Amino acid sequence: MRRTLGLASLAVVAAVAALTAQKTQINGAGATFPYPIYSKWFAEYNKLHSNVEINYQSIGSGGGIQQLTKETVFFGASDAPMTDQQLKEAPGPVLHFPTVLGGVVPVYNIPNVKTELKFTGPVLADIYLGKITKWNDAAITKLNAGVTLPATDITVVHRAEGSGTTFIWVDFLSKLSPEWKSKVGAAASVNWPTGVGGRGNEGITSLVNQTPGAIGYVELIYALQNKISYGTVQNAAGEFVKASVASVTAAAAGATAQMPADFRVSITNAPGKGVYPVSSFTWILLYENPKDKAQAKTMLDFMKWALTDGQKYCAELGYAPLPAAVVKLETTALGKIKSS
Amino acid sequence: MTERSRDLQFRLGTGAFALALVLIVCGILFILIDQSMASIQKFGLDFWRTSIWDPVAGQFGALPFIWGTLYSSILALAIATPIAIGIAVFISELCPGRLRQPLVFMTELLAAIPSIVYGLWGIFVMVPWVRFLETSLPDAIRRLPLFSGPPLGLGMLAAALILAIMVIPFTSSVSREVLKSVPVAQREAAYALGATRYEAIRAALYYARTGIVGAVMLGFGRALGETMAVTMVIGNNPKVALSLFAPQYTMAAVIANEFTEAANRLYVAALIEIGLVLFIITLIVNSLSRLLIWSMAGRMMVVEEPATPPPLESAA
Repeated sequence: MRRTLGLASLAVVAAVAALTAQKTQINGAGATFPYPIYSKWFAEYNKLHSNVEINYQSIGSGGGIQQLTKETVFFGASDAPMTDQQLKEAPGPVLHFPTVLGGVVPVYNIPNVKTELKFTGPVLADIYLGKITKWNDAAITKLNAGVTLPATDITVVHRAEGSGTTFIWVDFLSKLSPEWKSKVGAAASVNWPTGVGGRGNEGITSLVNQTPGAIGYVELIYALQNKISYGTVQNAAGEFVKASVASVTAAAAGATAQMPADFRVSITNAPGKGVYPVSSFTWILLYENPKDKAQAKTMLDFMKWALTDGQKYCAELGYAPLPAAVVKLETTALGKIKSS
Repeated sequence: MTERSRDLQFRLGTGAFALALVLIVCGILFILIDQSMASIQKFGLDFWRTSIWDPVAGQFGALPFIWGTLYSSILALAIATPIAIGIAVFISELCPGRLRQPLVFMTELLAAIPSIVYGLWGIFVMVPWVRFLETSLPDAIRRLPLFSGPPLGLGMLAAALILAIMVIPFTSSVSREVLKSVPVAQREAAYALGATRYEAIRAALYYARTGIVGAVMLGFGRALGETMAVTMVIGNNPKVALSLFAPQYTMAAVIANEFTEAANRLYVAALIEIGLVLFIITLIVNSLSRLLIWSMAGRMMVVEEPATPPPLESAA
């Protein structure tokens, strides 16, 4: 009995070994924000190409960049482009490829105010700097004529942990407020001048809901999925735009004209009509000259699929798809990767 | 195989396990120092004394985190210790037999709940209670520095309360075991001298005091290192403040929150140095509690030599 069991398990091991021999496994790590759509993509792609298995660990953008630099993963993923310093530390040239887009929206809880409020970059920056401390401050009431705002204290809520969402938010504030740029700056975690930190989108939401007078920011996807109401933000053209999948994609389209060759671009406050200004790409990071050519070839095929057919999964998951012009630029750029 | 050689093997085997423990501790210390070198060299002792934590500017000072960790843990101990000892005394001395097992089971259940669950409960249930408590304090009290600032619910008070709840099962379980091990002769002696039940319990507590201090220190160690539940309710604001209402930050929380997105070398090194600071502080706290226990045990020996029961007055 024991012997047949041993033989059987040997056979299983052999069969598994034979199967995995033909499989291409690719490992990646990085940003948490695009994790839902990436795992959807990898699963769908595996249905089409059963010999390709892509594993992704959502350990955070910073972690993804580190793992890529140490070459423990084949690809990285980040919500913020790598800095020049980080690129220099990598053992070889790294290319950025935008995959989808996301937006960040202001959420608030003001007693007896149910209307959608209008914000501008400078006003949001002053609130987050602690300079505007009451909801009936002239700067806010001027934007929201017809809404009676109470003299409630503003409680600023921000993300406690480092996150791509914070990066997009403070990157926008940095562009619109010179004071924010010099005092605080933009990064995944910053030295917040005021306020309390909640963990994750759900932490922010529960704090804002519980605290009268609170203001916070969450990912557009999260607000849409949980039916949270949020305010509009003024864009570079002077319009107050409500964030939506379409207005976030419009931000990318607006930025296409000035797209740098390496795609390392911030599209917050992008020019154009109907553009939601607190938007950003999220990127997959690949080495220009990967060591494993078989993996490189498979990854290139996958990337081409993700940028075209894969984009149709965006809508159901609440991500904004890439505009066609950006997909075209990226398809050309993928040719730079040496897969043979 | 002779009995003797088996003995030797057993001794060597278990000795190797003990050695592994020492090596692991040394290894952790070595890695922490090695990985935080960039930060140690750049900031030196200022890391312990300054309170600016600015990842963008590359300026790192750990003081608010050290303060927040110690302040929240000490507050938690102050709340938890009397309650935990009360529970232990009730279960081991006063509780009717039928109730004992269910109570023991419940305290152990409390210890088994994952800290993220405490955190969620904290943010959704406890924080609104704390806010209500804070807003209903009279203005005269709110003007005291200990209670200044806006009543957010979130902050030091919420963190201390949640830590206290998490620490209670540990302290009370160990205290209960310690009380159980007080010899029957001790109690009988107290009764024989005409002590009331209350006095007999005080005598037992006095007898068990080193063990109880150990139990309290065990709780302290847990409070120092607790991460998830605390970060969800403390407000995560690196400022040194005396106020119980103020949002603050702890060492374990900042590591958990910022490590994943820390992309430059100095930033990572600074976070690892926070880990090193936490390691050192835990080491100091544990050594101090050891010293305390030794000195108490030493004194007890002296007291016991004349073979008289401990004086009841000094138990308080």
